[in-house]
Amino acid sequence: MTRADEARGSAREEILARIRAARPTTSVAVPRRYRTAPAVAGAADADLLDLLVDRLVDYRATVRRCAPVDLAEALAGLLGAVPTVVVPAGAPEHWLSAYPGRIRRDGDPVPLTVADLDEPGLAVVTGCAVAVAQTGTLVLDGGPEQGRRLLSLVPDHHLCVVRADQVVAGVPEGLARLADPTRPITMISGPSATSDIELNRVEGVHGPRRLDVLLVG
Amino acid sequence: MSGGAPGGTGAQRRRGDRRGHGNIVAPLPFPAAARRELGNPQLRANLRRATHTIRDRRARVVGETPDWAHLRAAGAAIKDDVLARLPELLEQFEAAATAAGATVHWARDAAEARALVTDLVRGTGSAEVVKVKSMATQEIGLNEALAEAGITVVETDLAELIVQLADDTPSHILVPAIHYNRRQIREIFADRMPGVDLDALTDEPAALAEAARRYLRDRFLNARVAISGANFAVAETGTLVVVESEGNGRMCLTLPETLISVVGVEKLLPTFRDLEVFLQLLPRSATGERMNPYTSMWTGVTPGDGPRALHVVLLDNGRTDTLADPVGRQALRCIRCSACLNVCPVYERVGGHAYGSVYPGPIGAILSPQLTGLDAGANRSLPYASTLCGACFDVCPVRIDIPQVLVHLRQRDVDARRGQPSPERMAMRALSWVMRDRRRYAAALRAARRGAAPLRLLTAGGEVRRLPWPLSAWTSSRDAPLPAARTFRDWWAERTAHGGREDGRDQG
Repeated sequence: MTRADEARGSAREEILARIRAARPTTSVAVPRRYRTAPAVAGAADADLLDLLVDRLVDYRATVRRCAPVDLAEALAGLLGAVPTVVVPAGAPEHWLSAYPGRIRRDGDPVPLTVADLDEPGLAVVTGCAVAVAQTGTLVLDGGPEQGRRLLSLVPDHHLCVVRADQVVAGVPEGLARLADPTRPITMISGPSATSDIELNRVEGVHGPRRLDVLLVG
Repeated sequence: MSGGAPGGTGAQRRRGDRRGHGNIVAPLPFPAAARRELGNPQLRANLRRATHTIRDRRARVVGETPDWAHLRAAGAAIKDDVLARLPELLEQFEAAATAAGATVHWARDAAEARALVTDLVRGTGSAEVVKVKSMATQEIGLNEALAEAGITVVETDLAELIVQLADDTPSHILVPAIHYNRRQIREIFADRMPGVDLDALTDEPAALAEAARRYLRDRFLNARVAISGANFAVAETGTLVVVESEGNGRMCLTLPETLISVVGVEKLLPTFRDLEVFLQLLPRSATGERMNPYTSMWTGVTPGDGPRALHVVLLDNGRTDTLADPVGRQALRCIRCSACLNVCPVYERVGGHAYGSVYPGPIGAILSPQLTGLDAGANRSLPYASTLCGACFDVCPVRIDIPQVLVHLRQRDVDARRGQPSPERMAMRALSWVMRDRRRYAAALRAARRGAAPLRLLTAGGEVRRLPWPLSAWTSSRDAPLPAARTFRDWWAERTAHGGREDGRDQG
C-alpha cells in the first residue's frame, strides 16, 4: 500500500464515519404519483408521432416522414449533395442504397479517427434506441445502428433514423426502454445550442449544428 | 425529521477542522458588497433582462407539465432518501463504478481534492486540460490550483469561457456570465480571444457562439485530459450524468484519453430509474426547456468508446457538517438548477458577485455558510441577504424551503453571539425597560415628540433619511418615520374626556 493509497483510505473512512454520525436515521418513502405511463392508455400512435415532430421542429431540427419502403429514397433526399456519409458499424446496408456519395463505415476496416470525422461537409447517419415525444429527445445507447459516441458528435451534420415503434410518450418510458443503462448513453434534443448569451437559446455551438430526423412508419 | 446533532453544538465544533473552504467564503459582508454592485446600472439592466427572460420560459414549460407537483414531491423525497442512506449508497456507487473500470477517490475538503486532481493530471504528463462547467470544481478553486502547478485549464462552456477570458468570477450557477450583455461579450472576445476573426465577430449571439466554436475546436480534438463534474451519480449502476447544451460536455467526456470527474457526495441517486424524475425537473427549472440539447451518461470505461481512464473524486468539503443540521440539511437536495436565483428580487438587483461565493442567490445564502460554518469570512451575513418573500421555495424543483433555512441560520447566528455585547441587544433591553411601565412609556413618547418637532419642519413626508450615529445604522438603508405629532394614547384620552365614546358617528 502506497502513502497515496493510505490517504485515500483514511479520507474514505473519515467521510463515511462523519456521514454516519450526521445523517438522519430514517429512510424516506418516495411517492411516485407522477405520470409514468401514457395519460390515456393506448393513446393513438399517430398523435405521439405528431407530438415528436412538433417538439423536434421547435428545436429547429429538420424532420421528414416516410413509409418503411421509401426509407432509402427519403434518406438520400435529406442528404442531398453531402459528399461523404459516415455510418456506424452495424447500420443496415439498405439505408444508403439510394445515396450516390461516398460511404465510410466505422470499423471497416479500422475505426474512424477524430480527424476523419472532422472533414468538412461530412454527415453521419445513425439510428437511435428510443425517442421521447414529449421532450423531442433522441436517445442513443451505443447499439449497432448508433455506434461510438464520437460518431454523432464530431461531424457537423447528424441524421438520425427513428422507427415509429421506437417512439414513446415521456421520459420515464424512454429510460425504461433502454436495454442496459451502463452503456454510454447520449440524449439529444435538437441541434447543439447555448443559452449563455442573455439567456436566449441560440443554435449551433460545438455539437452538430444540423440535426435531421427521418421518422419511418 | 429525526436524528442528527443539532446545529452549532460542541460535536460540530470538534469536527471544525474539516469544514468546507474554497471559493465559497464571502470576503465582504453582503450589505457592503451589494452596495458596490448596485452602483453599476448596466449590471442591473443586464440582470433584469436575463432573469425575466428565463423565469418566463420556466413558467411556460412548467405550466405545460400537469404532474409537476408530483415530480417535485418525488424529487425531494428521493434526495432525502439519499441523505438518509448516504454511506451505503456511496459504497454501492464506489463498488459499481470500480467494477466498471473507474478509480474512485475520496476528498475530505477542497485542499485534498485540489491536490488529488493536480496529481492525477500530472500523472498523465499532459500540460493542458479541457474542462466542462462544474460547480464542484469552482467551489474548490481547482483552476487556480492547476494554474499554479503549471497546467493550462481551458474552460469550454461558453459562459465559463467568457468569464475566464475576462479574468472575472462567475455570477450565476448556470450562466456564470449572466452579468454581461452581448455587446460586452463581443468586446471581451475581441480583446482577449487568441486568433479571433474580428471581421466576422459581431454582437449577434450566433456570431459569438461561432467564435467560441472556432477557438475551442482544436483544443477539443487534441485534448488528452478532461475534467468534469456530474449532475447525478447513480449508486445502483455507478453511472455519472452530465446535463448540458452546447456539446462541449460531450467533447470533453468522449474525446480525451483520461477523464477526471469531481462529484459532491450529495449528487447521488439510488437507482437509474430515479433519473426519470430529475431529467424532467432539471431542464425545465434551469434553462426553461422541455429538455436540454445533450445529456451524457457514462459508467466506468467502455472499450473503444470514450476515455480509457476514468477517475471519480467524491468530495465532502463541508457537506457532512451541513448534513448534521436537521433543518439546514435540505440544502443538500439542491440540483444546481438556478431557478431560485432567477426569481429572487434581491439577486435580480445585486447580481451574483455580491454573495462572494460561487453559490450566489437564495441557495447560496443557505449553502455557503453551512458548508464553511458561519464564522468563515463574512458568510454569517449571507442568511440576511433576503426579504423572505418565498419565491425561491415556490420554484425549487426539490422543494427546499429556503426561507425556513434562512431564518434558522439567522437564529443560529444570533444564538452563537449571545454572550457578546451588541448595540441592537442594548437598544432592545432599554426598550423593554421603557415599555414595561406605562408612565415611563408615556414620558419617552413625549420626549421623542419634542425632540422630533424641529425635524418635522425640515422634512416634507414626516420621514428622516439620515439620523446621527448610532441611529445612522438604522437609516443607512431605510427611512425612519418621525414620531407622530399626537400619539394614539393622547388622542384617546382627549376623546374620552370630551365624551367621544357616545358620539356614534366617530365610531364607524
